[in-house]
Amino acid sequence: MTKALTTRRTFLAATGALVATGATGLILPARAQGVAPTQSMRGGANNYLPGAPIVERIGGGGFWMTGTVRRAGDGAPLSGQRIQIWAHTTEGNERDPWSHGATLTNANGEFRLEMPQIVPTFGQPHGHLAYDDDEFRTVFLRPVMSSASDTSLSADFVLESA
Amino acid sequence: MSHAGTTGARRISFWLALLIAVVVPVVFAATSPLLAWRDPVYIVAGFAGVVAMVLLLFQPLLAAGQLPGVSGPRGRRVHRWVGGALVLAVVIHVGGLWVTSPPDVIDALLFASPTPFSAWGVIAMWAVFASALLAGLRRRLRPRHWRRAHTLLAAVIVVGSVVHAMLIEGTMETVSKTALCALVVVATVMAITKLRVWVKRAP
Repeated sequence: MTKALTTRRTFLAATGALVATGATGLILPARAQGVAPTQSMRGGANNYLPGAPIVERIGGGGFWMTGTVRRAGDGAPLSGQRIQIWAHTTEGNERDPWSHGATLTNANGEFRLEMPQIVPTFGQPHGHLAYDDDEFRTVFLRPVMSSASDTSLSADFVLESA
Repeated sequence: MSHAGTTGARRISFWLALLIAVVVPVVFAATSPLLAWRDPVYIVAGFAGVVAMVLLLFQPLLAAGQLPGVSGPRGRRVHRWVGGALVLAVVIHVGGLWVTSPPDVIDALLFASPTPFSAWGVIAMWAVFASALLAGLRRRLRPRHWRRAHTLLAAVIVVGSVVHAMLIEGTMETVSKTALCALVVVATVMAITKLRVWVKRAP
C-alpha cells in the first residue's frame, strides 16, 4: 500500500524547487503562437500626447533611443511602423510638446531617434515609447536606464493585430 | 573642567552634530545638478520631501526628550508643532508632484505605479495623516492606546519614508541621504526603547 505522505519538509522542498525552477525560467507557459506580444508597461502612457510628428531628431539630440518592432507569432520585422517617443530631458519635461517626437522603423524593423539627454524624473531616469496606430494593438513602454549617465536606451515591440 | 562645563560642551557638540547631519543633505539637494532641468513647482515639491525627512529626524528626539534644552513638556509641544509642519511638508510634496505630472501621482496614490518607491511613500503619507488625526483625538483615547497607536504609526512613517527615499534617484546625494536616513532610524529605535511604549503603566 502506498501512503501519500506530505510532511512539512517535503512540502517545503517541493515548493522551493518549483519556485527555483520558475524563477530561473525553466518552466515556460506553452506558446503555440511563437513570439508573444509585448504588453504595455505600467505608467507607460503617462503624459502621452497623441500624434507626435515624425522628426529628424528631438531637440538638440545627443542621446539615442533605439529598438525593434516585430510581429507577434512569427516574429517578422515590421517596417514603416511609427514609434512615438517622449521623456524628461535636459530640454524639457514629459508634458512639454517639444519633448515628443516620432520615427519610422526601417526594413529590418529597427528604429533609432536622436533626442536630448534623458535625466532622472519621478525617481528614475526613464523614457516613454508608444506604438499607437490602427494596424496593431496599442503598446506603451516605459524602459528605465540602468544609469543616469547612459547616452542611449532601447525598447523592443512585438505587436499583435488589432 | 566643571560638571556644568562638560554638560555645556556636550550640549554644543550634540547640536553641532545634529546641525551637520541636517544641513549637509539639504545643501547637497539644493545644489543638485538635476535642478537645472526642473520647473520651480517640481523643485519645491522635491525639497518639501527633503525637509520632511529632516523633520522626521527631530520627531523621535523631541518625543524622547533627547534634544538638550528642549525636553519635557516643552519638547512635546515642539514635537506637536513639528508634526504639523510634517503634514504641511507632505501636502506640498505630493501637491507639487501632482502639478508636475498628474498621471504619475495618480498611479502612485492608486498603488499602480511602476516604481516601487512610490508605494512606500504613499503608505508613509497616510500614516502621517493618520498620526495627525490621532493626535487631534488624543484626549478621547486611553493613554496606553494612544501611545501604542502613535508609536506604530511613527514606525510605519519612518520605515516607509526611509525606503521611499533610498529607492529614489533624485536630488538628494547618496551618502548624505543614507546618513540622514540611518540617523532617523536610529533615533526612532532609541526613542521607542527609551519610552518603553509596550510596558503597562499604572494609570
